[in-house]
Amino acid sequence: MTAETAVRPVRIVVAKVGLDGHDRGVKVVARALRDAGYEVIYTGLRQTPEMVVDAALQEDAQVIGLSIHSGAHMTLFPAVVQELKRRKATDIVVFGGGIIPEDDIAALKKKGVAQLFTPGTPLQDIVNWLRERFPEGSR
Amino acid sequence: MVDELSDTELARRFRAGDIRALARAISLVERRDPSVRALEEAPQGKGRGAQVVGFTGAPGTGKSTLVDALVALLRKKGRSVAVIATDPNSPFTGGAILGDRIRMQRHALDPKVFIRSMGARGHLGGLSLAAREAIRLLGAFGFDEVILETVGVGQSELEVAAVADTTVVVLTPNLGDGVQMIKAGILEIADIFVVNKADLEGHQRVVMELRGMLSLNTPSARGAGAQKPWKPPIIPTVAARQDGIEELWVAVEAHRKYLESSGRARELAESGLKDETAEVVAELARQQARLALGEDASLTRDLVKDGTPYRTAEQILSRIGSAGRKRRGS
Amino acid sequence: MKVRARDPKEVWEEEFESSPSRDDGVETSTISGIPLKPLYTSTDLPKRDEELPGRYPYTRGIHPGGYRGRLWTMRQFSGFATAEETNKRYKYLLANGQTGLSVAFDMPTLMGQDSDAPTSRGEIGHCGVAIDSLADMETLFDGIPLGEITTSMTINSPAAILLCMYIAVAEKQGVPASTLGGTLQNDILKEFIAQKEFIFPPAPSMRLVVDSIEYCAKEVPKWNTISISGYHIREAGSTAAQELAFTLADGMAYVDACLERGMRIDDFASRLSFFFDAHIDFFEEIAKFRAARRIWARWMRDRYGAQEERSLKLRFHTQTAGVSLTAQQPELNIARTAIEPLAAVLGGTQSLHTNAMDEVLALPTDKAARLALRTQQLLAYETGVANTIDPLGGSYFIESLTDEMERQAEVYFKRIEELGGVIPAIEASFFQKEIADAAFRYQQELEQKRRLMVGVNEFTVDDEEPMEILRIDPKLEGEQVARVQEVRRKRDQARCSKALAGLRKAAAGTDNLMPYILESVRAYATEGEIMNTLIDVFGIYTETAVI
Repeated sequence: MTAETAVRPVRIVVAKVGLDGHDRGVKVVARALRDAGYEVIYTGLRQTPEMVVDAALQEDAQVIGLSIHSGAHMTLFPAVVQELKRRKATDIVVFGGGIIPEDDIAALKKKGVAQLFTPGTPLQDIVNWLRERFPEGSR
Repeated sequence: MVDELSDTELARRFRAGDIRALARAISLVERRDPSVRALEEAPQGKGRGAQVVGFTGAPGTGKSTLVDALVALLRKKGRSVAVIATDPNSPFTGGAILGDRIRMQRHALDPKVFIRSMGARGHLGGLSLAAREAIRLLGAFGFDEVILETVGVGQSELEVAAVADTTVVVLTPNLGDGVQMIKAGILEIADIFVVNKADLEGHQRVVMELRGMLSLNTPSARGAGAQKPWKPPIIPTVAARQDGIEELWVAVEAHRKYLESSGRARELAESGLKDETAEVVAELARQQARLALGEDASLTRDLVKDGTPYRTAEQILSRIGSAGRKRRGS
Repeated sequence: MKVRARDPKEVWEEEFESSPSRDDGVETSTISGIPLKPLYTSTDLPKRDEELPGRYPYTRGIHPGGYRGRLWTMRQFSGFATAEETNKRYKYLLANGQTGLSVAFDMPTLMGQDSDAPTSRGEIGHCGVAIDSLADMETLFDGIPLGEITTSMTINSPAAILLCMYIAVAEKQGVPASTLGGTLQNDILKEFIAQKEFIFPPAPSMRLVVDSIEYCAKEVPKWNTISISGYHIREAGSTAAQELAFTLADGMAYVDACLERGMRIDDFASRLSFFFDAHIDFFEEIAKFRAARRIWARWMRDRYGAQEERSLKLRFHTQTAGVSLTAQQPELNIARTAIEPLAAVLGGTQSLHTNAMDEVLALPTDKAARLALRTQQLLAYETGVANTIDPLGGSYFIESLTDEMERQAEVYFKRIEELGGVIPAIEASFFQKEIADAAFRYQQELEQKRRLMVGVNEFTVDDEEPMEILRIDPKLEGEQVARVQEVRRKRDQARCSKALAGLRKAAAGTDNLMPYILESVRAYATEGEIMNTLIDVFGIYTETAVI
């Protein structure tokens, strides 16, 4: 007789990479994700790409969410994608938000970022996008 | 790593020391998936696996900082450490914000430090079953020490005590109405008391009040029996400055020595396994009961007619029993 | 039969109740959640002695002449990429009528890192100018006479270093420190609370702030040593009342620290300045500014026993709310950035920055920056609002709302006191939790369309043209890295090492650090080297995050 296995809640590492400390958005998103049933591991400010990926591996997270307001997104997002490659964890999905102009969004998507949400995006849009990608695993 | 690995491939990578396989195995035990249970056995000749220190205390006592400081000390001593930090899940949405690893940034990227955040996930009986399995996995993987950290809400401190070899209860001077605020049961489960933020005013008072309460308490619970009982020491620390951490570790090692020499270690290991077995049985029975109640309409009809659960419960149990007998071929 | 004449207000109330009300579901409270009556009348006017500008408690303004005496300073915050580029922009703005300079630094500079530090990669020059050493500072102010202008520098943890660099540049121009005018943001408490650009733990951070205040009181007496800020607290999501209360509480914490150092209140209080947000909910902001002056004057006089009038007068700079700007239909930001500064002017601000319309996504283009400046000039010279002092004084609504702001602030002061003061409250995450809760509440209101952001959650358009935005030339990063390395090569290494050794020794002791930092700066020690010396002694702070 086996134990019935529970649904696997989706675990998301949420962090700010780079030097900027504007955490209003990332905190609001973290709450919204929790309210939508996700397990959110918030690793805080001033993370390096290596730290974020390492945390995602230890936590067996399926998703990494990054918030960048400093203008360094063209360096930092690709660095995270690179590090995932190096750690052989390219199945982990990377998304993010912050101050990111439209043409940069297109460029970053080409480099492996799954989705970017700009200022003013309703929280529900983020939740819906996640639900679509991970249909099992949240309420 | 492809999302769903075969059991054998996961086991192979686990045994090869792949951190991601360890992390995945822990996720599986959180889901109560039995497929990695074989990995929990300690590898040949490795002895009893990792030792567990549990930390509990009210929010705001600086537990995470304390654990961070202890990890730093253990690393200096060349020991590998895994930390399990638990936070409650929302009973309504099932989600959680797990923020404890923030306090342990300086150990980020140290391959001999592994930090895992676990949501309590509304497990009935809290986190103890998943945590116990996770602890065995961590020991089998090769970590010397496991630190279990929980917030002291609900029954979590009892759960920590059930799982840890040494339980540390953390207090601070800003406890509002003082030590009286401490819940019943904490005094019994603590093997060591830490008064953190000892540089703050009121610290002496907390220590004195604690001493007073301890002297009134007959040393029962963990120190029972004819043997000389264990007297929980009170250790002042300022975790943010790495003060008092050496003394804390000395106390932990002293407690471990005591457990061995008094035979308590063996007693606790046995009673721990018995407790766990009872919990596992309860978990399985609960799942079978839910299944039965969900599938069997006549069962539900009778239940509603009775208006009380007891007859239905007996029925379900005997079904489980006869199914088991059937499987064993009797 | 005699019919009693009815109170007209009662009649109005009846008519109001029975008339239809709007059904758009949008909240009628202020954006901070203060409930508003549909009408304020004479009965709402608080009973008090008539207040006048330039007289305690200065609700109506700190100067008897208001803007008739002198307009507010038009001080546009600016800085990007390299010192050379920024120097050009400063000359452009000064030529176009800007009356004071305001320096924005890039993230590595704000965080005390040199441009060639590994964690500076990708961050150089994006949100301000990169300053690694005195050499960059000299370039920044090349051809700009420091004796004739005032400069505001927006930097916090490394503030003392940048101030010393400014003093050293002035030295080279032959301008004595005693004549220098300007402002240093230097408000570390709000970093712990909101902006998170802290480096050292609270105690040594406060020491540096007090060192700079003490030093300037003697050596740079015209300098505003600190700009106690509510802007960042508000931008992080707080309400107006929280912005008001937390800022003034921070102010009192600094005053306490200076008094503990042994300074006398009247020696430094007049050089403390403030910095508030001008958000989009118009009247609430005006009330907030007026309440701030009244509260500060009262506390300075009654709690701190300040004797001199100038110690009681709260002076502030205002910036229009960055968070109110939208990436969608950004031209609308021009309108937002006309209404918001109007509130600041009606609230009596001493100096003002208006955001450019394209700032949601990047640093402003020349054109957008100029337009923002022109908006202030329009306010000053076309609208007539500067012709009468505190024109909304006596308004039933504004006076009532000013009192409400004051009342809410006092409630917060009590709570902070119960927690043991600002620093214990920070460590207990009190402010951070209030802010996170308010931010989340507001977001929910937006999601439910109980509050609207035009162009974002209502009145949207589908096909927007992407905006032309300012791009920082990526090769400037490499140039800046080369520059700092060259400075290190070319300087008098012996002098530099000696200076840093002296700084380290002093940091471990109790001396005022400013002279040691000044010597290090003169010896072309880089900002990162100075910060690392201090980090060795003070350590690094990690926050307890509350979500």
